[in-house]
Amino acid sequence: MSKSITAKDLNVYYGDFLAVEGVNIEIAARSVTAFIGPSGCGKTTFLRSLNRMHEVLPGARVEGQLLLDDDNIYGPGVDPVTVRSMVGMVFQRPNPFPTMSIRENVLAGYKLNGARMSKSQADDIVEGALHGANLWNEVKDRLDKPGSGLSGGQQQRLCIARTVAVKPEVILMDEPCSALDPISTLAIEDLISELQQEYTIVIVTHNMQQAARVSQKTAFFNIAGTGKPGKMIEYAETSTIFNNPSNQQTERYVSGKFG
Amino acid sequence: MSQTQQQRPTPASVEGPAGPARQKVPDPSSVLRPTSLTQNRLPWWTGLVILVVSAALGAALSSLISFNFALWFVFTAVLYVLISYGVTRVKVNRRQAKDKMWKNLVYVAFIIALLPLFSVIWSVTSIGIPGLLEPGFLASDMQGIDGTTDQRSQEEGTPVLGGIRHALVGSLLITLTATFISVPIGLMTSIYLVEYARGGTLSRAITFFVDVMTGIPSIVAGLFGAAAMGWFLGVGNSLGLPLPTRSTMGITAAIALSVLMIPVVVRTTEEMLRVVPNELREASYALGVRKWRTIIKVVIPTAISGIAAGVTLAIARVIGETAPILVTAGFVVSNNWNLFQGWMTALPVYIFRQFQNPTSPNFSDPSHQRAWAAALVLIIIVMGLNLTARIIATLFAPKKTGR
Repeated sequence: MSKSITAKDLNVYYGDFLAVEGVNIEIAARSVTAFIGPSGCGKTTFLRSLNRMHEVLPGARVEGQLLLDDDNIYGPGVDPVTVRSMVGMVFQRPNPFPTMSIRENVLAGYKLNGARMSKSQADDIVEGALHGANLWNEVKDRLDKPGSGLSGGQQQRLCIARTVAVKPEVILMDEPCSALDPISTLAIEDLISELQQEYTIVIVTHNMQQAARVSQKTAFFNIAGTGKPGKMIEYAETSTIFNNPSNQQTERYVSGKFG
Repeated sequence: MSQTQQQRPTPASVEGPAGPARQKVPDPSSVLRPTSLTQNRLPWWTGLVILVVSAALGAALSSLISFNFALWFVFTAVLYVLISYGVTRVKVNRRQAKDKMWKNLVYVAFIIALLPLFSVIWSVTSIGIPGLLEPGFLASDMQGIDGTTDQRSQEEGTPVLGGIRHALVGSLLITLTATFISVPIGLMTSIYLVEYARGGTLSRAITFFVDVMTGIPSIVAGLFGAAAMGWFLGVGNSLGLPLPTRSTMGITAAIALSVLMIPVVVRTTEEMLRVVPNELREASYALGVRKWRTIIKVVIPTAISGIAAGVTLAIARVIGETAPILVTAGFVVSNNWNLFQGWMTALPVYIFRQFQNPTSPNFSDPSHQRAWAAALVLIIIVMGLNLTARIIATLFAPKKTGR
């Protein structure tokens, strides 16, 4: 369980447009890494290239190497579906499946792939995943109710439970708290620091306090101007990025002078 | 205009000593904020009074010419629009009067659009009911009904015999078969268009030809069905296969109808698949689910209510077709359950034949009575299908958020 991520000279394209250029980063296993930067600088694009979700969009492609431990996920013959089963993703807006109950939503990774399992196995997975997402106590009495009946924060934790249930190596989070209130945000942040003991977590956030609270390392992305590719400007310990950044752009961003 | 001119500060007031001169100029904001909250409002009963007055005036005017309901309606509508414009113009202002006039015109347009619908329902129901209540109308066919039976009914008042059982069976079999042919083809086409096509030449060509197909006249579809089946049977027979020699049968009509049905199914299901949020597909991909499984288990279940409703509406669209069935399945008086052998009757063809070629040319009343009753049954079926579509749409809709 839990693998490290290494990107080597990764370029991400939308058709002919170079969106993110030349990223070199090493993300350790069992850690939380935050991506910060102004809107449109390529954080989310880079994040989506980490589990090959990027190429779902027409014309999108990636150049360079991306190693999960030692395996290049962009190597020849790699099945993107297998990559995605190892690298889970939580989206900006909670998106439980509207046709499924809470229980079915947690089991979605198995059920949608046609896996057969006994009822007791399924019960164990549901309870384990919902405990893992700190949601069990709130929903244990209404597992058969639709998942879309939960509050926004609960829905987001349900989506995390759904991701945790398939036991990925890495969990990617794309601004998971941007649609949530402070209390739900706190619940998710607590959850992230618990999940860190088992999973490699990469989180994109616009909230710099959140990056400072949850992550060990932070990467700052920036873009030179409209139409230019986004670049990773600085990658260091979170405390260094926020207190003593080596790059002037980073310093201006974290001190709120631009962006 | 004159009011706003008055409110502008005059040169004298601007040049004059600051205090008192300026206070005489009315505050320009009084236009924006009237003194009373109920200013510029007419009492709620104004509309009713105007309606009663214009109805009375309309009745008087129309009786000057010669009273009938259509004339009365026209006069009332015109008077109502004019009077309410005038009253609002005088009592409130020009802007609201204009607003009122357009609102009333929209209402009148809506009523005019509804008139044919109610007129059709009313006339078919009132004329069709006696035939429908005739014993055995739904349970018997036209076997053994000839001119003498109808002559006796018309002259001596014996019950009108004969019914639509064979036409009901024919319509049901032909439409269901057409549905079984068109739904898989249409659904798969729209899945290709929405999920797999990436805006390439093929998808644009498909969309274009589907639009062309929507506009095919139904008689052309019927001729296509007959010609295609004739060619197929000819080739099959020359190879020595045990096929019927005549192409006129139920399955040919079903093929002709599916030509009309496929474009409708493609367009409606395409719309329904497009409104499934992309987030759900991505959520499924992110769990390591393959694309075809995502489509079958996430996209289609989310859109199933719209798809089912669209299919039901497509059925309602083709069940009333006459021409393509007449040229492909023909017309018989007796019941035929076999789609692959012999001629078949559908309800619209039955209605057409009863009007056009009454069983007894000199005593056509019983035939007309049967035709009106069959038309009533057809309308009931189509309305039932539309209602079913609505019920399906609510039953299968994704569970409500409850928030």
